[in-house]
Amino acid sequence: MATTNEISIGDLGARAGEAEEELKGESMALNIGPSHPTTHGVLRLLAELDGDIITKCEPVIGYLHRGDEKIAENMTYNQFVPYTDRLDYLAPLANNVAFAMAVEKLAALEVPERCQAIRVLCCELARISSHLLGIGVFGMDAGAWTVFMYTFTEREKLYTLFEELTGARFTTSYTRIGGVARDIPEGWLGRVTDFINGVLPVLDEIDKLLTRNRIFVDRTQGIGTISREDAIAYGLTGPNLRASGVDLDLRKDKPYLGYENYDFDVPVGTTGDCYDRYLLRAEEVRQSVCIIRQVIDTIPDGSFYAEDAKRIFSPPKEKVLTSMEALIQNFMITTEGPQIPAGEAYFEAENPKGALGFYVVSKGGGVPYRLKIRGPSFCSLSILDKLVPGHYMTDITVILGSLDFVMGECDR
Amino acid sequence: MATTKVIERKPLTFAEKTFLPQIATGLKTTFGNMLKKPITLQYPEERPVIPENYRGVPTLVKDPNGREKCVSCQLCEFVCPPKAIRITPGEIDAESEPDRAHVEKAPQEFEINMLRCIYCGFCEEVCPEEAIYLQDVFSLSGYSREEMINKKAKLYELGGTLPDKHYKWDKKKAAELGGNPEH
Ligand code: SF4
Ligand code: SF4
Repeated sequence: MATTNEISIGDLGARAGEAEEELKGESMALNIGPSHPTTHGVLRLLAELDGDIITKCEPVIGYLHRGDEKIAENMTYNQFVPYTDRLDYLAPLANNVAFAMAVEKLAALEVPERCQAIRVLCCELARISSHLLGIGVFGMDAGAWTVFMYTFTEREKLYTLFEELTGARFTTSYTRIGGVARDIPEGWLGRVTDFINGVLPVLDEIDKLLTRNRIFVDRTQGIGTISREDAIAYGLTGPNLRASGVDLDLRKDKPYLGYENYDFDVPVGTTGDCYDRYLLRAEEVRQSVCIIRQVIDTIPDGSFYAEDAKRIFSPPKEKVLTSMEALIQNFMITTEGPQIPAGEAYFEAENPKGALGFYVVSKGGGVPYRLKIRGPSFCSLSILDKLVPGHYMTDITVILGSLDFVMGECDR
Repeated sequence: MATTKVIERKPLTFAEKTFLPQIATGLKTTFGNMLKKPITLQYPEERPVIPENYRGVPTLVKDPNGREKCVSCQLCEFVCPPKAIRITPGEIDAESEPDRAHVEKAPQEFEINMLRCIYCGFCEEVCPEEAIYLQDVFSLSGYSREEMINKKAKLYELGGTLPDKHYKWDKKKAAELGGNPEH
């Protein structure tokens, strides 16, 4: 038999008051991500809020983990090149170059000057592409949508250039151990010059829209300030480190690819806040333009791959088709991989996001025994739990945007 | 030589703090851009220009005589980083092509799984016969997984015929240059 119990709910208003009393002093846990537009990838943040102020922020990573380092152990050095595209996928060309340089360092192989110049061009174009995106998205994070449109237009032009050079817009896979996949096409350098002439006015435009804009300045100055000591302690590299006033740029301090022959400035910030990081990136684009001009003016003739490295770089197609030795060489390098001596080497390149390092251990042969990747975005994110607390909830987007990280490289 | 340059930060002037000049410059920039030619491409009505050497969908090609170029050496199958290619080698039919049978092989089956392919172009790069080419097809879709596996017939249909860039045999070259492609 059903019974009916009467319960009293009392005075609702009074109970709500009590509940509010109870809630005071209690913080709220908020989960942001992993799929959130402002996180620039699958980053999850576990935040603790006191009202609108963040008291704790813990980045949770690993959503894009593919095991790249393990994959590398199971394929030849050249076969791994497409995987490096997918590290910092906003600057794949720079990753390709860094990887090839690391393996070449182990093999003590010098690539010809033309190849070096092509690689410098690749790195600097990749830097422009990555920074254009960084600035545009940062503007969008701070509420300035227009800038994003302008930078993306320019980036589109860059991708057309990449497409012509490498055959693909995004996944360039352009370098091989001992050289690059193909020489620069006819007339391409002229088109690069056109592009860099066109990008400078756009930078000025962005400058007009953002740099002296009260709203943007209010949202970025004094926000996310990283002190010099913290920047060093957390292992930040690249623009994030230099914005905090540390003068370290591998292109200047440990020159590779003949960077010592080019004149350029390394911009260094004074404060280390979001605004400084923005200024720094904008300036770096100008400096890259300046480097590219010098490369184009001085690009040497010659070969785009190390011709004497017969056990590392496959011979050109017409030789493979006409000469038996070249054919065998092609088969050997493809099946066994470029022959790299036993040993280990670490090489770091100044990538758009910071220092991208490859640590290669070889037991000889064409397959790495172990490959460790040091991604700058990983370090940039490690500072979040120190950097974000104390800021307002809305500042998270600005801080994340200013760090300009990419999850493909953080999670690998 | 690289030099260090410290970035200056000038404080906003009073006028800038009022935000008024910024509105003016902002609007000027926007209107300036409004008058420019639109850069949007009306895809799919308008098609982008595909450069030479573009890495599109991998295809198999035939030589100008309509012969299969692939000799099923399986080098592309070996090099393909995501293992998208699968080849079953076979013999060339002795009746239809007596001069090539027992000299070379041809693929009996050739499959490229387009769900795995990453368009890296390694297959084209290593092929010792210039038989596999990444051509200009860049958009590709299908309703099922099976449909996305390009079989041999489909690969040849996509690839068509390409003129020989390099000549494997002097005999062949001489014949073709001499105006007799059917050497
Ligand atoms: S396509 Fe080229 S590499 Fe692949 S099996 Fe045929 S001949 Fe060999
Ligand atoms: S393009 Fe690359 S992934 Fe695609 S089939 Fe060729 S080798 Fe494999």
